[in-house]
Amino acid sequence: MASRPATRPSSRGLVSSLRTPRTYAGLSIADHLKLGKHMNPGWDAAVAEDRISRLGLDPKQKAGKLSGGQRAQLALTLAIAKRPEVLILDEPIASLDPLARREFLQMLMEVTAEHELSVVMSSHLVSDLERICDYMIVLVSSRIQVAGEVETLLATHHQVTGPRRDPAQLPADWQVVSASHTDRQSTLLVRSDTPIVEPGHTVDQIGLEDLVLAYLTQANRPAASNSKTLEAQR
Amino acid sequence: MIWLSWRQFRTQAIVAGGVLAALAIVMLATGFSLAHLYQTSGLPGCQAKDICHDALVVFTSDLRGSVYEFVFYIAAGLIYLVPALIGAFWGAPLVAREAETGTIRLAWSQSVSRSRWLIVKVAMLGLTAMTMAGLLSLMLYWWSQPAYQAAKLAAPDTGLSISRLTPLLFGTNGVAPLGYAAFAFAAGLTASVLIKRTLPAMAVTLAVVASVLIAWPNWVRPHLITPVHSAVALQASAIKGLGISNNTMTVITAAIKPGAWVLSDQAVNSAGLPFAARPPQVCLSHSFQDCANAILALHLKEAISFEPASRFWALQGYETGAYLLIAVLLAAACTWWVNRRRLA
Repeated sequence: MASRPATRPSSRGLVSSLRTPRTYAGLSIADHLKLGKHMNPGWDAAVAEDRISRLGLDPKQKAGKLSGGQRAQLALTLAIAKRPEVLILDEPIASLDPLARREFLQMLMEVTAEHELSVVMSSHLVSDLERICDYMIVLVSSRIQVAGEVETLLATHHQVTGPRRDPAQLPADWQVVSASHTDRQSTLLVRSDTPIVEPGHTVDQIGLEDLVLAYLTQANRPAASNSKTLEAQR
Repeated sequence: MIWLSWRQFRTQAIVAGGVLAALAIVMLATGFSLAHLYQTSGLPGCQAKDICHDALVVFTSDLRGSVYEFVFYIAAGLIYLVPALIGAFWGAPLVAREAETGTIRLAWSQSVSRSRWLIVKVAMLGLTAMTMAGLLSLMLYWWSQPAYQAAKLAAPDTGLSISRLTPLLFGTNGVAPLGYAAFAFAAGLTASVLIKRTLPAMAVTLAVVASVLIAWPNWVRPHLITPVHSAVALQASAIKGLGISNNTMTVITAAIKPGAWVLSDQAVNSAGLPFAARPPQVCLSHSFQDCANAILALHLKEAISFEPASRFWALQGYETGAYLLIAVLLAAACTWWVNRRRLA
């Protein structure tokens, strides 16, 4: 990402709905839709109204009276009714409770499929991303640690457990992301494009969360750095 | 964008309209009876000097301490207060409140650019502020006509010495209130953009607007147009008093310049310096009249620096223009700033 934040909206297409979408507490849902209609040339009122009725919300209700999840869904509705091609979400679910988070992501999946738009979102909640994202970039201090299709990442990372061994003697095509050793046994997180067949070892699948954590830990090891962000793309 | 601006401004506009309407009712109720009082006072069309004088004394004493005086101070006070309040309650929260609550991100992620967002809001609120100030000024103008008319007829000794050029009344007359309102609103907006927090921005706005409005008549207004300087032979009628201390005498003068704003007025010697000398002997023992005659014999001059009554509209024009210019520059700077900076 460039150092200058990409918050400037273009006439059509790019939409940014930043960290924790905010709504006007004093305005009703209907007012918010009118706001969108008046401030966006390509506004699709039908989409917006359909979304609101599907969410089961009363358009006359003030946004201040909505729950956090409902407010987030209202903000997402506003963003979608602009009919963007790309939607940029900066931690849209960070402040939501687990149920609201799941509902929000559910809605996001629905609209992505319905309106054929791409979503770029940042989040710390890796387990949620695993369900919805196609492509993932792990950033630590603005540096890319790993990037790729989620499926590919999962298919090429393995947890290899076996007798303790010298790191220098590992096969050449293994890229060791993390390693932990006890007296007798080594546990390695290995990235390898070819299937791992290693006698005397157990090879396990690894979850996305463990994978990301391994990269974050690895990046933090040489030089202390505490800011970490994940980027994922659907 | 106009829709959103109006939707957000609606409540404040209704409150402002309510205040104006309430004041209008009070002004109408008292205005007609004040006009009636003036019509029946014998002042309009009076010819003989002593009849006029007597009528004026009665009219003046009727006004003093009456409900009219009270209404006048309220309305005149509001003309100064309203710009300050507009700055604090319309200008200061404009950007700051949205930055605080985070709604500015919603507003700025629409297809309307930040500049347009700000310009539409500023135009709507700024013009409403100026309209409100203008209406207040018009109402007070209509209401206070009898008092100003009577003051024109007044000899200086009747006590009804109100003139629209005096520092306080100047700002309640003409178009100057429009300038104050525009400036105060722009000052509030600037505080809003720079401070980004509502309450501190409101406090700063009140402080800045009050300081400028108080300092302006003393430090700026006299320089808008160079005052007229006149030096005439000191007349007996101009001597208002004498000061004697440490064997040095000074002469206190009071020029009779109807409707003018007298900035300075002093007795000077032939060299043009303020007169201060050993008092003539008669001044230490004899009557004031003898002393005055002795002073006249010194051939002193009275040096007056003043803005004549005829400059009222020119001064109003310059003052309002100056305030409007400051307001426009501030608003332009805010638009630039909002475009450049990250506020939320």
